[in-house]
Amino acid sequence: MRSSWQYSNIIQQLTTINPYKSHICCCLYRQKVEFNYSICAFLFCRNTTKIQPAGSQLARVLSILHFFNLIGSPKGPTQKMNLFQSITSALDNTLASDPTAVIFGEDVAFGGVFRCTVGLRDKYGKDRVFNTPLCEQGIVGFGIGVAVAGATAIAEIQFADYIFPAFDQIVNEAAKYRYRSGNLFDCGNLTIRAPWGCVGHGALYHSQSPEAFFAHCPGLKIVIPRGPIQAKGLLLSCIADKNPCIFFEPKILYRAAVEQVPEEPYTIPLSQAEILQEGSDVTLVSWGTQIHVLKEVASMAQEKLGVSCEVIDLQTILPWDIETVCKSVVKTGRLLISHEAPVTGGFAAEISSTVQEECFLNLEAPISRVCGYDTPFPHIFEPFYTPDKWKCFEAIKKMINY
Amino acid sequence: MKTMLAIISNALCRMTGRNAGARVVVSRSFADFTPQATFDIKKCDLHRLEEGPPVKAELTREQGLQYYRTMQTVRRMELKADQLYKQKIIRGFCHLYDGQEACAAGIEAAINPSDHLITAYRAHGYTYTRGVSVKEILAELTGRRGGVAKGKGGSMHMYAPHFYGGNGIVGAQVPLGAGIALACQYQGNNQVCVTLYGDGAANQGQLFESYNMAALWKLPCIFICENNKYGMGTSVERAAASTDYYKRGDFIPGLRVDGMDVLCVREATQFAADHCRAGKGPIIMELQTYRYHGHSMSDPGVSYRTREEIQEVRSKSDPISMLKERMLSHNMASVEEFKEIDIEIRKQVEEATQFATSDPEPPLEELCNHIFSKNPPLEVRGTSPWSKLKSVS
Repeated sequence: MRSSWQYSNIIQQLTTINPYKSHICCCLYRQKVEFNYSICAFLFCRNTTKIQPAGSQLARVLSILHFFNLIGSPKGPTQKMNLFQSITSALDNTLASDPTAVIFGEDVAFGGVFRCTVGLRDKYGKDRVFNTPLCEQGIVGFGIGVAVAGATAIAEIQFADYIFPAFDQIVNEAAKYRYRSGNLFDCGNLTIRAPWGCVGHGALYHSQSPEAFFAHCPGLKIVIPRGPIQAKGLLLSCIADKNPCIFFEPKILYRAAVEQVPEEPYTIPLSQAEILQEGSDVTLVSWGTQIHVLKEVASMAQEKLGVSCEVIDLQTILPWDIETVCKSVVKTGRLLISHEAPVTGGFAAEISSTVQEECFLNLEAPISRVCGYDTPFPHIFEPFYTPDKWKCFEAIKKMINY
Repeated sequence: MKTMLAIISNALCRMTGRNAGARVVVSRSFADFTPQATFDIKKCDLHRLEEGPPVKAELTREQGLQYYRTMQTVRRMELKADQLYKQKIIRGFCHLYDGQEACAAGIEAAINPSDHLITAYRAHGYTYTRGVSVKEILAELTGRRGGVAKGKGGSMHMYAPHFYGGNGIVGAQVPLGAGIALACQYQGNNQVCVTLYGDGAANQGQLFESYNMAALWKLPCIFICENNKYGMGTSVERAAASTDYYKRGDFIPGLRVDGMDVLCVREATQFAADHCRAGKGPIIMELQTYRYHGHSMSDPGVSYRTREEIQEVRSKSDPISMLKERMLSHNMASVEEFKEIDIEIRKQVEEATQFATSDPEPPLEELCNHIFSKNPPLEVRGTSPWSKLKSVS
């Protein structure tokens, strides 16, 4: 069921990462691990017995082989999983194949508040899945240290709303490490996971969508899945990616979204949007929870207005897939972008600006942004605040009649 | 019948440790009660202090009944919140205070209403002790117009004059508390700021930044760590390299206090406030306390601690029972009197619940109000270019 652009990408990746190159990667990796072993031991003494350079090299080779075998083909046995279970599955695969991988965060040892790490401590040991104190800045800074010393660091911030104490570590330390050290050091092995978005009753501090804050920061990758299959594939891509990644998980979908998810590891390429539905009149772009709203809006538009919508899940917010979006807008001439975060300075602004630069002469109507109000995320006004299907539908009508 | 009464009376005597059993079964006038008594209280552990708070505390009958009333009201209010939450009338995030009542009551008894107080998200108890009615607290929880924050805040966001909230982000209120103390010092008004945080927040970096500034500038700030033994699901031993929270200010003097005893908390807070008002700079208090509920409503609270542990605290060191026993054993009040108070509180909480479930929700215009300080009204961009609302502050 994969579209041709996905296959072409897979082929491109297969040809660029040839076995010779991967061999070099492994050698370099080994040297680096040995070189950093003392730092690693210092930073991370309770795990030293587990971090074995030879073992990690083997794991790396294995994971590269996995990459070759399984990329783009999430076949094999599947299991019914909701979104949090697919996250657990991805983390399980990672801990099994990469002995340097560690998971840490507030309350992750007993499964985390959203149950994403259930059973992992018992399966892999308390030195690989462990609780941290309540200190977000410390968690991310610590993760950068773990990653720079060669281990695979998977940090959990309990809610995306709590990530701000770690803002400095993410923006100034993690994102710029490779650049400021002239490529000597990087924390590409760091992945930060955080539950994200509205949940129905989260109020000010358990509902925010802070992706736009981080989208202003070159050096980071920001990824948001829309369901269990994407969550697993994209999370494994983030973990494998050699850049620090922030992986935001739509918390309202943790239990609500259920799919048949492959048990084996697989990856979904980053920085590639996915066209969920082809159409000719309006392009609808979103990510995470909101993509489900737009799918419904597309059906409504077809049914009630006879308008054909192309629905695109951006998936990676930074660096984002300009090509897919612009190609679509060239075809449809209209663009609607929707996200839960407030409209001013939201990531829709960046998309809108880029599209008008690239597709100015193709546009049939002003680009429409249907986003959250410019207010703090409200407690009891949430249904009014969120950009629901009616608001999006209204925007489509206006664009069509422009 | 008469012998039966005698037996009951004797039994009650033994229970309360009194020998005036005959008086238990007859109604008494207030003149029969002991108006004032002195109690031995647990000695505080000290850090960088020569002398600590006294080991004896005086309690008048009025004070005792007032503390009882306060703690019992908070307890009843929290149990009602629990019930409303389970009925899905209260939604979202809700952190209950039952078990820790002695902290809020003891602190309030030792500071002036004009002193300042700031706490984290477990704020219902302090909102009450700082003068907000049960009605307004419950209405805030249910998101109604008559709530203390107009129904816009919810559980973690409650405020009152000299009470700065109600802060949802772990540890974030502590630097604010130091800032409030700086304002007190600058204005020279002899006021202090009580800055509260939990044992979990004690590991946040901002605390140490605040300690340093407060000590550097000798700010009248009482840092209080309410150590309820668990930061969410993590016990203090698993989260902190040193669980001596009263020592963690290093260069700041500290006290470790029995936070289940309202008298202990009162005496220690009095001592700390005197310390601050004397210009000696900040002081840290660790109140050893316990929460009966889980961290929040989504945490049953029994996956990381045993039911026996909770039961033991409830039976051996419940702050309300402890005060009640003390007063009974010293003939400062009667069982009937406490019962009457309980009934009265229950009624008050029921009435508040009635209000909190019948008051209307705030009007939609409230969504955009109070974003910026601006007059005339500010236009707020909405979900789509044509949906704009006005913001008034």
